Amino acid sequence: MSTATETVKKEPSEALFSKKRLKLITDPLNDSNPVTVQVLGICSALAITVQLKPSVIMFVGVFFVVVMGNLVVSLLRNVIPNRVRIIAQLVIVAGLVSIVDMTLKAVQYDISKQLSVFVGLIITNCIVMGRLEAFAMGNKPWPSILDGVGNAVGYGVILVIVAFFRELFGSGKLYGFQVIPQSFYEMGYVNNGFMMMPPMALVIVGIIIWVQRARNQKLIEAQE
Amino acid sequence: MKALHKFLTDKIEPHFVKGGKLEKIWPVYDGFATFLFVPGHATHKGAHIRDAIDLKRTMIMVVLAMVPALLFGMFNVGHQHYLATGESAEFMDKFLYGAIKVLPIVIVSYSVGLGVEFLFCIIKKHSINEGFLVSGMLIPLILPADIPLWMVAVATIFAVVIGKEVFGGTGMNILNVALVARAFLFFAYPTYMSGDMWVGMDNRKGYEVVKEGLVDGYTGATNLAQAADASFAGHFRNVSGVGYENTFIDSFLGLIPGSIGETSTLAILLGGLFLVIIGVGSWRIMLSVFTGAYVMGLIFNLVAGDNAFMAMPAHYHLVFGGLAFGAVFMATDPVSAAQTNLGKVIYGFGIGVLCILIRVVNPAYPEGMMLAILFFNVMAPLIDYYVVQGNIKSRVKRLKLATNGNK
Repeated sequence: MSTATETVKKEPSEALFSKKRLKLITDPLNDSNPVTVQVLGICSALAITVQLKPSVIMFVGVFFVVVMGNLVVSLLRNVIPNRVRIIAQLVIVAGLVSIVDMTLKAVQYDISKQLSVFVGLIITNCIVMGRLEAFAMGNKPWPSILDGVGNAVGYGVILVIVAFFRELFGSGKLYGFQVIPQSFYEMGYVNNGFMMMPPMALVIVGIIIWVQRARNQKLIEAQE
Repeated sequence: MKALHKFLTDKIEPHFVKGGKLEKIWPVYDGFATFLFVPGHATHKGAHIRDAIDLKRTMIMVVLAMVPALLFGMFNVGHQHYLATGESAEFMDKFLYGAIKVLPIVIVSYSVGLGVEFLFCIIKKHSINEGFLVSGMLIPLILPADIPLWMVAVATIFAVVIGKEVFGGTGMNILNVALVARAFLFFAYPTYMSGDMWVGMDNRKGYEVVKEGLVDGYTGATNLAQAADASFAGHFRNVSGVGYENTFIDSFLGLIPGSIGETSTLAILLGGLFLVIIGVGSWRIMLSVFTGAYVMGLIFNLVAGDNAFMAMPAHYHLVFGGLAFGAVFMATDPVSAAQTNLGKVIYGFGIGVLCILIRVVNPAYPEGMMLAILFFNVMAPLIDYYVVQGNIKSRVKRLKLATNGNK
């Protein structure tokens, strides 16, 4: 949410952020959230959300790939032959993911180890290909960037929420810092091992979907 | 009784009906009132014959059936404690020690579970379902006696909310609610579910004995834990380190360490018999679980070779661990089990086979009953589907034959 408001403040006078375009950013945050509504990118949301730090790094990686991928594909959309568009998109995404992977290895080696194969698997993250195929191929560069930002943030928000609960209850920490005091453990509190397992991430995502649907009437399927 | 009824309808009910001060918590009043009296609903159309048995009465019957297991569990908790400490104690001492350990768990399980249930009923504005009456008793019976109470509370909340309410409440759950609570604890706090210090917790000597590796591993299935241990040579020892006089009989009676309600096969079978006689429990499921387990045990005996656990007599499997308890009280859950008669047999047999398979083959899980039942809970609709489809097919065939013959 915050990203949306920040960008608005920077350039308030431009028509770049007309209502219609702003919707490109705000829609994926709630009404068409890639994780909780479209149920895309679930694998990585389950796999790397044990702690907050890798989740945030993962979010940054996906953000970069989705936004840049949308931009590049959108620029090339009139050049890419329709029959080979998937493979063309794949090459672009693969290139971007390689950049992310190498940068991570250079800057955050231990996190890169922790994320292991999931950095490379950004390529197969349905959100990336989905946005290229559904949006960037048919829209101009600027809206494509906005769309990428919106979807990446929508994905990142869920990632961070899931990781927050898993790290807090699973290991008593937040972003690597101990937050549950030692005295709690002495009184008999125990970290919840279930939180460290992927099934619990699925349960948390499920609860998020539940809460979201309870609050957002638009998402409830029409009663027959 | 009449006076009480009059008091309820005249004095108390007006507060809760629409317009009353407490109309918001009408479901709570309704729940308690119908607990005491037959609900005042009249049938308006269709069949006018009503059985006095409604969901509440059925549930109470199951709770009654669990009473022997609960009482024996209380005694056994004390018995194991004094056995481990090496003190001799009277029957009542053992029973009281156990009751002090067990009753708080029952109370926490019921109050938390019913609290969550009431909350959902008030928010969703529907009347209270009684599904938790049974789950609330099952949960303590399948936990080790030394489980911290807050864990019981957390697991109960998880089980009722995630196991039941998200699917639509009582009667809609895919999985057995009590087993969801247990599975949650098992994966969340594995060290507490291993039961390696519950027998002699507050006595150094007893603790030491237990710590030597007699009963580490899984809760309750401590005979199973011994059997799953690499050094197992076919002899079982009780918590004081002495071998059982007769392992089978001791285990059948339930004088072995284990979760509160699961040790005594005898007490469980009493409850099971009661359930079958009054027609609440399905004898098909119970029988087929035992058969499945026994057959699988025999198969392992055949291929055992040097493996002492595989060579363990097949009938030992039936009295160890949670198999009997699971077969009688958990697998027969009418909501999550298979519905068709043939389906029930397949479902029960599968549970028995899978349980023994997990016990013997997977060293990480000395007891397999929980996972076996949960797995077949998920499979039950599939089993039913194929049974129904098979029936339809055979009837279509018969119809074709009949019509062809007429021509």
